[in-house]
Amino acid sequence: MGVAKYTKDEKDRITDVTLQSGIHVKACYGPEDLEQVGFSYEKDLAAPGQYPFTRGIHAEGFRSRAWTTRQYTGFGTPEESNERFKLMISHGQTGLNVAFDLPTQMGYDSDDPMAEGEVGRVGMAIDSLRDFEIAFKDINLEKIGSGLTINAVASIMLAMYQAVAEKYGFDPKRISATPQNDILKEMIGRGSWIFPVEPAVSLIGDTIEYSMNVLPRTNPVSICGYHIRESGATPAQEIGYAILIANAYIDNVLKRGYDVDDFVGHFSFNLNVFGNIWEQVAKFRAARKLWARNLKEKYGVKKDSNMYLRGLFGGGGYGLTKAQPENNIMRGAYYALSAALAGAQTIALCSYDEAYTIPTPHSAILSLRTLQLLMDEIGLRDTVDPLAGSYFIETITKEMEAKIEEEMEKVEKVGGIVRAVATGYVQRLVSRQAYEYEKGLQSGELKKVGLNIHTEGEPMDVELHEYTGESAEKQVAALKQLRRERNDREVQRTLKELETATRAGKNVMPYLVESCKAYATVGEMARVFRDVFGEFQEPALF
Amino acid sequence: MDTRPIKILVAKPGLDGHDRGAKVVAHALKEAGMEVIYTGLHRTVDQIVRIAIQEDVDVIGLSIMSGAHIPITERLVKKAREEGIDDKMVVVGGVIPVRDVLRLKELGVKGVFPGGTPFSEITSFINDNAKKS
Repeated sequence: MGVAKYTKDEKDRITDVTLQSGIHVKACYGPEDLEQVGFSYEKDLAAPGQYPFTRGIHAEGFRSRAWTTRQYTGFGTPEESNERFKLMISHGQTGLNVAFDLPTQMGYDSDDPMAEGEVGRVGMAIDSLRDFEIAFKDINLEKIGSGLTINAVASIMLAMYQAVAEKYGFDPKRISATPQNDILKEMIGRGSWIFPVEPAVSLIGDTIEYSMNVLPRTNPVSICGYHIRESGATPAQEIGYAILIANAYIDNVLKRGYDVDDFVGHFSFNLNVFGNIWEQVAKFRAARKLWARNLKEKYGVKKDSNMYLRGLFGGGGYGLTKAQPENNIMRGAYYALSAALAGAQTIALCSYDEAYTIPTPHSAILSLRTLQLLMDEIGLRDTVDPLAGSYFIETITKEMEAKIEEEMEKVEKVGGIVRAVATGYVQRLVSRQAYEYEKGLQSGELKKVGLNIHTEGEPMDVELHEYTGESAEKQVAALKQLRRERNDREVQRTLKELETATRAGKNVMPYLVESCKAYATVGEMARVFRDVFGEFQEPALF
Repeated sequence: MDTRPIKILVAKPGLDGHDRGAKVVAHALKEAGMEVIYTGLHRTVDQIVRIAIQEDVDVIGLSIMSGAHIPITERLVKKAREEGIDDKMVVVGGVIPVRDVLRLKELGVKGVFPGGTPFSEITSFINDNAKKS
């Protein structure tokens, strides 16, 4: 029954269904419901590919192009990750979604004391351009686009991606990278922040400005409602906060004197899928509509294609259970179905063993096959937005839109998203909700198969991806060798220039590319930013 | 009779930023009548021990999702011993595989609570086992 609340009478008849976002679902819908929510075909729906894009951003939907399959991948050393990337591509995966280990995400080198025990554990370890050379070896970067799951030091990784592409002879104008690069959501959930809010947002502005001029196929920011929801937010809050966060990044670039139509078409979103299928579909349809309206009415965006909400819809980890882990295979399939019914551009699915650890090759390919069979076997590409016009779907899409707007207003009332994050307002709301949700699961008010209902059966053994300290030792040895072999004077020169530019408030990207090319390490480049910007002071509350 | 509430430090050691579990458990402990201090993210073992001393807590609870629970706990137990606070009860929660529970207990951890442990189990364990200083 997903995350909706079901109230039943003594005869087991359902008397009320409440979706997580607070929408009540009736037993039956008809034309009168559309009338009641003020539904208008022209204003609320229109044809696929037409403003407000409720039915999707392309007139022909998945007929013109299937969704990109982009499983989250990476662990251990760059060698090991390169092998896994190639395995996934050889099985038909169409994009990469690169996982970095925590030291890399937090701007520490593999031999830093802070990195102890974490090197290569939840993603691959990257210390310098030499690691990127290994990780992306024999991968056609003009053909395969890469998502880079990195935030606080996304500017460094984007610079490194350009450097490796150039090193392998690809044209920067033709490569496509999508770094996550969304620091405000890291402050709300997931926690991989380093720098204070203002310089952190400004670094994102730098990547957007730089991409416009140098990396035109790159989507420099991917706003991650995904992690906000994983931290406990409702679907309505997920979208509301994501739009407000995107606006904060837009505002930063506008201050630099650009026209919004110059860059906003390259914003992308990373949104979450788990729980009630109808709530998810309504959420995505409402999100596309609100994003387009936000751009048109608030920012005066002119070009239709700049108003598209392009998104990776990810089969959410929080929906999975450790109990009866094979059930996660079915959950993943339904999450993928929700995403496809909602018109995703890109889909990634968590694998069934991810409630335990990072996926084995077997489970990763099983998730990829889940997406492929949906695409090629059971008709999801037949027609665009097959649910359109349903009395039920259109009614709850309108209701979802109102809920999202309500959440946005609450944040605006406390001074806007940047302030709401800096003071911990949003974090407090989200963590309170996470607690209520957990209580609902523990009391059985919210049902979860294998966890609090249908729990019979023996626990099963899951074959797990093994972590050994060996990869970490190899990585540290390789880093020490790099330090011996590189031209130190060149490293110091480029780092000094990076520091001067950072202090002067210049766009740091060209300086980062030079530092990467000189084989400066991630830790060294991040150190420059740490020294200049300081660190985010997390509001101490829960 | 001592009616002072149990004071517990909920700590996030290391680089991992997944704090949903830590905050959720902090809420549950607070609702069960305990005094809860939350360290915030990215704390070193030294910082955690220092906060435990300053706040004079009865229990140190570590929340670890990244898989690095064994090296981190080893360091914490060692540091607590050096600082003379090894009488404080240590509990660990997060993504903890069953096979590592015994190892953590050998290190001196009193209770291990993998994700999904009912709140009631955690709070009654702490109520029953925490020695107030």
